[in-house]
Amino acid sequence: MSYKKQQSYVERIDWSLVMLYVLLALIGILSIYSVEHRDTDISFIMSDKNYWKQLVFFGASLFLAFVILVMDSKFFTSIPFLAYLVGVIFLLLALTPLGKGVKGSHSWLNLGFFTFQPGELMKLFTSLTIAKFLSLQEVNFQTMKHRLMCAGLALFPAVIILLQNETGLALVYFSFFLAMYREGLPNIVLVVGFSVIALTLATLLIPKDILFIILSVLAIVLLYLQRKRLRRNKEILFLVAGIWFVGVMFSQVIVPFAFKNVLQAHHIDRIYSLLGQEVPEAYIKIKKSGEKVRTGTSDYNVSQSKIAIASGGFLGKGYLNGTQTQYNWVPEQRTDFIFCTVAEQFGFWGSSLLILIYSLFLLRIVHVAERQRSQFSRVYAYCVAGILFFHMVINIGMTIGLAPVIGIPLPLVSYGGTSLMTFSILIFILIRLDADRQMVLR
Amino acid sequence: MADYTQNRSNYIRILFVVIPLVIVIRLLFLQVFDVGGYKQAAIGQAVYIKKIYPPRGIIYDRNHKVIMNNNIVYDLVVEPRKITKDFDTLFLCKMLNVPVSEFNTQFKRMVNKYGWNQKNLALFRNLSPVAVARLQENIYEFTGVELVEHSERSFTENCGASFMGYINEISESQLKKEKYAEYQKGDYIGITGIENFYEDVLRGRPGVQYLLRDVKQRIQGSYKEGSLDSMATPGQSLELFIDAKLQKLTEDMMSNKLGSAVAIDPQTGGILAFASGPTYDPSLLTGASKGKNLGKLLMDATKPLFNRPIQAVYPPGSTFKPITALVALDEGVITPSFGYGCGGGYYACGRRIGCTHSGGGHARNLAYAIAYSCNSYFCHIFRLAIDAPKHGNVHVGLQRWHQYMNEFGLGHPIGIDIPNEKGGNIPDSNYFNRTYNGNWNSCNMSIIGMGQGEVLMTPLQMANSMCIIANKGHYFIPHFVKSIGGDSTHEKLKPFLQKHQVANITDSAYQYVIGGMQGVVDFGTARIARMADIVVCAKTGTAQNERIIGGKRIKLQNHSMFVAFAPRENPKIAVAVAIENSGYGATWAGPIASLMIEQYLKDSISPKRQFLVKKMKDAKIIPNYTYILDSIERAEARERDRIKNMSKDSLKILQMQKDSVQRKKDSLKAAYYFRRYYSKKP
Repeated sequence: MSYKKQQSYVERIDWSLVMLYVLLALIGILSIYSVEHRDTDISFIMSDKNYWKQLVFFGASLFLAFVILVMDSKFFTSIPFLAYLVGVIFLLLALTPLGKGVKGSHSWLNLGFFTFQPGELMKLFTSLTIAKFLSLQEVNFQTMKHRLMCAGLALFPAVIILLQNETGLALVYFSFFLAMYREGLPNIVLVVGFSVIALTLATLLIPKDILFIILSVLAIVLLYLQRKRLRRNKEILFLVAGIWFVGVMFSQVIVPFAFKNVLQAHHIDRIYSLLGQEVPEAYIKIKKSGEKVRTGTSDYNVSQSKIAIASGGFLGKGYLNGTQTQYNWVPEQRTDFIFCTVAEQFGFWGSSLLILIYSLFLLRIVHVAERQRSQFSRVYAYCVAGILFFHMVINIGMTIGLAPVIGIPLPLVSYGGTSLMTFSILIFILIRLDADRQMVLR
Repeated sequence: MADYTQNRSNYIRILFVVIPLVIVIRLLFLQVFDVGGYKQAAIGQAVYIKKIYPPRGIIYDRNHKVIMNNNIVYDLVVEPRKITKDFDTLFLCKMLNVPVSEFNTQFKRMVNKYGWNQKNLALFRNLSPVAVARLQENIYEFTGVELVEHSERSFTENCGASFMGYINEISESQLKKEKYAEYQKGDYIGITGIENFYEDVLRGRPGVQYLLRDVKQRIQGSYKEGSLDSMATPGQSLELFIDAKLQKLTEDMMSNKLGSAVAIDPQTGGILAFASGPTYDPSLLTGASKGKNLGKLLMDATKPLFNRPIQAVYPPGSTFKPITALVALDEGVITPSFGYGCGGGYYACGRRIGCTHSGGGHARNLAYAIAYSCNSYFCHIFRLAIDAPKHGNVHVGLQRWHQYMNEFGLGHPIGIDIPNEKGGNIPDSNYFNRTYNGNWNSCNMSIIGMGQGEVLMTPLQMANSMCIIANKGHYFIPHFVKSIGGDSTHEKLKPFLQKHQVANITDSAYQYVIGGMQGVVDFGTARIARMADIVVCAKTGTAQNERIIGGKRIKLQNHSMFVAFAPRENPKIAVAVAIENSGYGATWAGPIASLMIEQYLKDSISPKRQFLVKKMKDAKIIPNYTYILDSIERAEARERDRIKNMSKDSLKILQMQKDSVQRKKDSLKAAYYFRRYYSKKP
């Protein structure tokens, strides 16, 4: 591109991304407004209403965006490791008494003038760090050591967040594997990943003893098929035996252990309700008083959400005419289940349009990523795409019963200051980096 | 950097298209094809369908005085499924002012009865105004609880319980019938009387309001701007022929007596007064303790809920004699001057049939025979009528007579506009063939001529037969309702506007009979009913009253009967009064009837006759054996029920037991005879 005429800075900004960003944020504010609007309201400006707060957050986000756009892009390549360290400290602080407990999780930090979720901010820091790490001269992603280090960088915050009892947020950190995949993570990792998920599901759905027999039979069949090679190479025997052993250990010991001791009652409930199964007696938690813990709320949430979405029909009920979403039938309406509002009021075409906007947004980010000269910018762009994609799919998936209810917001649309601002910063750093796409940043 | 990863960006692009597409497809099924039926659930949940009950039709008397009105009352209705664990029962009970234990038992009882999934269980009915006021303020705190208003009936003139009937919640069995398809659980429906017969016009049409509510059941406004709502149409008012003042007087006079009094306007068939004794306070049929009151009335030995004017059947006694005379005249077997030499009894069929008069010439012609109520005379002319040579055969004669009776509205329900009317009994040749094995003649039934024996009539039929005589040959089906919503030719009233012609008896025949009936009052058996300026035509009657108790025929005190109409020319009122177990017709029934006539025609009772009113009101004519009879009847009913509910096996055992008791009795008897007659003393 160097032979082209030098573009001005404003011209180099990817305005289509900016427009899609503003569009999604406005959809969010209007949706929140439709949830809270009552015919009896006197004025639009009501400082106690959440849509007003969201509007203020949006203003703040735009201000941050402006600040980011006027900053030097080299700044973002220079801070990652420091930011990662600070982020981890914040995460750990949230676990201390400085943290604020909300609904059983300890993921909030109160700085006196400002309350925020370090886990949200950490997504940004981790993205930058992974981008920085992979673009380091001395890092070769083809080596096992560096792959493991990269995965460690991505999942270390997730472990802390898991300790904070925010499973949903922790799972988001798996979305960094998308960027790693783009940078050459071998396919075998994906195969193993899928196998683990398949084995987990099998463990939950199939009785332990039968699963043991199935795994054993599979191992024997595999050995039989490989019998000729086996004669030449005894290692295969150990390999198959090893896989069999890991599989059996996983299904017989690790999953039950996780369900009994690691996961909490509402997680188990959500996982089983997604599978359409009753929670087995063995996994039902017992309170100290001897009473069984009953959650049973996620099922209600999802069925209410499905009712609201289905009632929208093809054309929807019209803006501010939603009966289900306006009258609080769907719990967590403003935050995790904001998608229902759109789906009820604008029906199938409206909700499809929203998904289309997200899809375009993601494809645009991929396009932007692929035109970067520097690996840092590309990896960072894929990190952003991965986070957005994971949030969008899981959030909408849970409102229509395709994904477990793990409580993560719909990017840019759901109510929430930290969430909106984090996504804004994520996206505008990308736009800032993209404006300098001819430069090689390290 | 190796660029073999370049095509991975394309895989990622595909991922970013395919996964959203999966979501869109899922949305397509959910939103457009409505897989899972979630749309209906949305309406069921957020749209609250409120039924608006219209006020039930008001009922007026003939002078446009309100006799039945509505009060607005509130019921506490719950939807058990919506009641959660943190439901504050204590607070609710405090506002209702009922103990928590009572609330809980009532709740359990209703849930057990109607099931957990019912949407509207009326836990408490007719709440006090204080409770309603307190609840209305706090109702939003109780999820699944509502206050439902409906109207309760009130008898403004405190009369008419016997024909107005009452309303109650529709029963489970009624709900299943197609006829009540538009009713819902908790709706009110007329159970008896006018409330039942005119249910469809009195009820009106309930309206429906579609309201939106939030998750806490608070109403948030109307659904689709109320475009689906429908207004409630109030029930139509009814105007009755009943004269409230006359009705009240009649009811007062019928208190503490077993019997009935019916007054009809012969020119329209409109019922002017209708009382069943013993009368009771109509307010017992309204309000919260209605069920309890009904239970008490049902258990009362005097059977106040037994609607005697249309359900009690009596032998008409001598009040039947004018009809016998009319048939005999029309058949041409006698002339008005026909006389019979009665010497105090009728001996033609062997056994003596007594006559209260023995003076010579008391049956010297038809008019005298009616006036003095000669038994012999009417037994004789009845036999003459059915034995008339033109029929050739007594079987044909009796059938002909049966046909006459049919046209007089006897032997079948006339068709009054309240339910459960009885038809009485008019025997036909089939009956006698069965009873006498085909071997019978007019002697087996001569007492029918004087209104005894197999003939049974309701007081309403007696009053109606008076209408026929007053009208000289026609009647309108007796009915209460004059107009529905001001429309006197309403579809429902059509049957009552139709004139019913009775046989083709000549006017002169009627004139002679009417003349005799005037004689009854002027110089005959009912001089007590005489009034200075009104020509009253009447007939007294004394119906023999027998009961079969324990297989034995026991004679009880006679029923006192009285029928009348007045004035003779252009008659305005026909009356039938029956007082059970009170002796002669002229002693109790007569005065009551004549006071009713006076009240109606003059709108007041002359001071001279006030003593009679007081006497009638104060008299208590309920013999003690009424209570004994009642307990016997109930015991028999219980026994019948028990046997009915028995299985076949236990019926067999019962028969065996009976047999063994009989054998034991027989052997005891044999032993007794042996001791008494055959064995010698040692």
